[in-house]
Amino acid sequence: MIEEPLINTTLATALSTGADFAEVFVEDRTSSSARLDEDRIEELTSGRSRGAGVRVIVGDSTGFAHTADLSEAGLRAAAEAAAAAAKGDHGSTRTVEVKRQVVEPAHVGIYPETVAKARKVELLNAANDKARAAGGAISQVSAAYSDGRRRIMVANSDGLLASDDQVKTWFAVSCVASGDTGMQTGRESLGLTVGFELFDEFDVTELAARAAQRAITKLGARPAPSGMMPVVIGKGGGGVLFHEACGHGLEADLVAKSASVFKDRRGELVASPLVTLVDDGTMAREWGTFSIDDEGRPAQTNTLIRDGVLQDYMYDGIRARNNDRLSSGNGRRQSYQYLPMVRMTNTYITNGEDTPDSIIADTESGVYVAQLGGGQVNTATGDFVFGMTEAYLIEDGRITSPIREGNLIGNGPEVLQSIDALGNDFEMGSPGTCGKDGQGVPVGDGTPTLRVTRLTVGGTAA
Amino acid sequence: MSTEVDALFAVADKIVGKALPGEQIEVVVVNERETEISVYEGDIESFTSSASQGFGVRIISDHRQGFAYAGSLDPDVIDEVVGDARDNASFGTVDEELGLAEPDGLPIVDLGLFNENVASFPNDTKIELAKELERLVVEGDPRILGAESSEFNDSVSEAVVVSNTGIRVSGRDSGCYVSTSVLAEDGEDTQTGFGFSVTRDPNELDIARAASEAVQRATRLLGADKPPSERITVVLDPFVTAQFLSIIGSTLSGGAVLKGRSLFGERLGELVSAASITLIDDPTDTRMMTATEADGEGLATRRNVLIEDGVLKMFVNNAYTGRRLGTASTGCAVRGYSSTPSVGCSALQLLPGKRQQDEMIADIDNGILIQGVAGLHSGVNAVSGDFSTGAEGLRIRNGELAEPLREFTIASTLQRMLMDVAEVGGDLEWLPMSAAGLSLVVNDVTVSGD
Repeated sequence: MIEEPLINTTLATALSTGADFAEVFVEDRTSSSARLDEDRIEELTSGRSRGAGVRVIVGDSTGFAHTADLSEAGLRAAAEAAAAAAKGDHGSTRTVEVKRQVVEPAHVGIYPETVAKARKVELLNAANDKARAAGGAISQVSAAYSDGRRRIMVANSDGLLASDDQVKTWFAVSCVASGDTGMQTGRESLGLTVGFELFDEFDVTELAARAAQRAITKLGARPAPSGMMPVVIGKGGGGVLFHEACGHGLEADLVAKSASVFKDRRGELVASPLVTLVDDGTMAREWGTFSIDDEGRPAQTNTLIRDGVLQDYMYDGIRARNNDRLSSGNGRRQSYQYLPMVRMTNTYITNGEDTPDSIIADTESGVYVAQLGGGQVNTATGDFVFGMTEAYLIEDGRITSPIREGNLIGNGPEVLQSIDALGNDFEMGSPGTCGKDGQGVPVGDGTPTLRVTRLTVGGTAA
Repeated sequence: MSTEVDALFAVADKIVGKALPGEQIEVVVVNERETEISVYEGDIESFTSSASQGFGVRIISDHRQGFAYAGSLDPDVIDEVVGDARDNASFGTVDEELGLAEPDGLPIVDLGLFNENVASFPNDTKIELAKELERLVVEGDPRILGAESSEFNDSVSEAVVVSNTGIRVSGRDSGCYVSTSVLAEDGEDTQTGFGFSVTRDPNELDIARAASEAVQRATRLLGADKPPSERITVVLDPFVTAQFLSIIGSTLSGGAVLKGRSLFGERLGELVSAASITLIDDPTDTRMMTATEADGEGLATRRNVLIEDGVLKMFVNNAYTGRRLGTASTGCAVRGYSSTPSVGCSALQLLPGKRQQDEMIADIDNGILIQGVAGLHSGVNAVSGDFSTGAEGLRIRNGELAEPLREFTIASTLQRMLMDVAEVGGDLEWLPMSAAGLSLVVNDVTVSGD
């Protein structure tokens, strides 16, 4: 992307005011997307962006500047701006010679840019036809395809030089069903860190049929109950719960600022002994997977909670340096225009021993959540919410009526202790985007079926 | 006209010149410079200075639309981007009503949204403001543990829209804000609060107010408990009301209406809310931080009255949705350079009532003041109207604020909530978002707690 001599001179410029650490992050991103709505291919979009971010650290202060100009002059200007921003107070001359690390990017079967656009359009039309075939209640269908290729290179004053080539492919279908009770929606999405071979394995028409069925089912939904009750969360979707209930609270930047209820709790029982929570950037093909993070660290498998006991937090480079340890491979950024910070990758709960059927049969009354929406957490208080986009009542140990959408609210440490059943049917959930301080990054999550004994369901029915 | 804007016009004109016979072409070019300074425990935690540019090209040919963009103004990529947009158009579905905006006679008025003081404001003063904010927060109350972050942000941007259908407009904008997120602690209990001040002129930033709001928000929640589940009257704080207005605005988009996704689609001319509600989208109101002179297709923005005395009067449209709905564009095309224009409200406000929040609370025997909501994005379905959101706030008992409450949800439907508005406050507040806030009293909302 840029040659080694130019990297070395850029780092030297960044270090010229006496910095402790300097880094150049180069990114070249291309994407294509296509959207269908109202039976029409509305448009195809092609996008590209390329640039570099230069980071300079002096003591506890970070200076950062970025540029879309990858020429020698452009990189020098960014390096000078970052060095000035970090306010190093003494000039110095320090030379760096970076050493290239060999990191194998994930295998890509079919690069999406080599696939005819007409083929992408065919997928949209096939999904639309299938969703509309679900019946007259389906009043509107939209479908979207996108692919992205992100080539990154990271070099720093420790001599590191590493690069990665990240290809992702994604597809989603949204349906509206209309009936006497108004309108309801159903949505399904699919995305992996792979190329166009995604569609050799997954059938977009099955995705469409599920989205349509979800919207139709919800037409008959009753108001969701209101108050504390047992909640069973189906396989896959429950990852969002852990992402919010404890994932963010285990990010070392928040812990360092006392903005986490999990501060100073390493070695303590913070969850039901059933819970083993892992954040794993190495999982083959998953949405939050990469070979190196955005600071050049190889992806790792990090066990955060084992059998209910808090093992460790997640770290980026700065928080690792401050704690005199290595980064856990969780330094990520939305693009070259942003500073990296501690972020999750693929976060999941390992299998338990119960069968999903037995968990439901063993629940006298409560709510069964088949699909979760997004969530949000206040890491300092531990209070978190997440949405349910497909849910049912559980009555006498059986799943019965569908209920309308709503949020659930709980407190992370309390909810983790209240997990009393864990299934043996682990599955990864839908591809997600995690937002933190205005930056979005792709993340994955997964769980088996599980039960929380007491969680507040925020419906409108008594 | 500034040299920056001239440079963007030069890029745009060059691209528009590449149209082939029979093609409609439209280019948006954006240039933005930002500073972001974050202070923690008296030191600069990070100082980011950024400059970014980009352009997007839309081509309509044979009634089919294609789009492409690039995150730079590099001359080398222009031909590729135009080529991509042209090629992409050949895969679109034929739609006779596709077409770019054309001048509609409404003049674009200079609203003075660019303030020279932002670009010339010294970096040392910006740093000092962020440090001062943190200092005021920490000194604000003995229970304040610290500020998670205290920031100064500013931005200056220029944008042009040029097409071969007669559009050639530019805009310059500047703004700045300070914000802080604080932690308060009392025994085992920790609570958080935020405060901000947002202006077009950095000399007008109100640091003291940002600090005191953050301190008050965090400290008054200390000791909060979970309320019982019940149906109750709530008072929405201005910041909460603004978030709901943004969602209601999205249901009034012509795009949602013509695709059958608006819950108000069939209700033009009907009573859709309490008669005290008059909802206006007015990007020409310069008190709104999101004020803008022209929309994303280069048409003049204008004052649109969406709901008047409870009656639904209109939907908002861009050129395409306006043509399809037979009403023309209302100047409500919303976009960045990386997408085609969608339709939306960008500067919503309710006509204010007369009373301040404390006067309205004085009339409530049992209720809850909702200070903050969490998870609105996952808890609202703007198609069905169902909403349920996490909340925190204070009990209202016998006309006065009482104990703090947390970890509960409030739920209703958007349709019901609009009808259940009992009073609109007079405490209009300008916020860094696409809606202004004021206090709103809403009856019969379901609270889910214990």
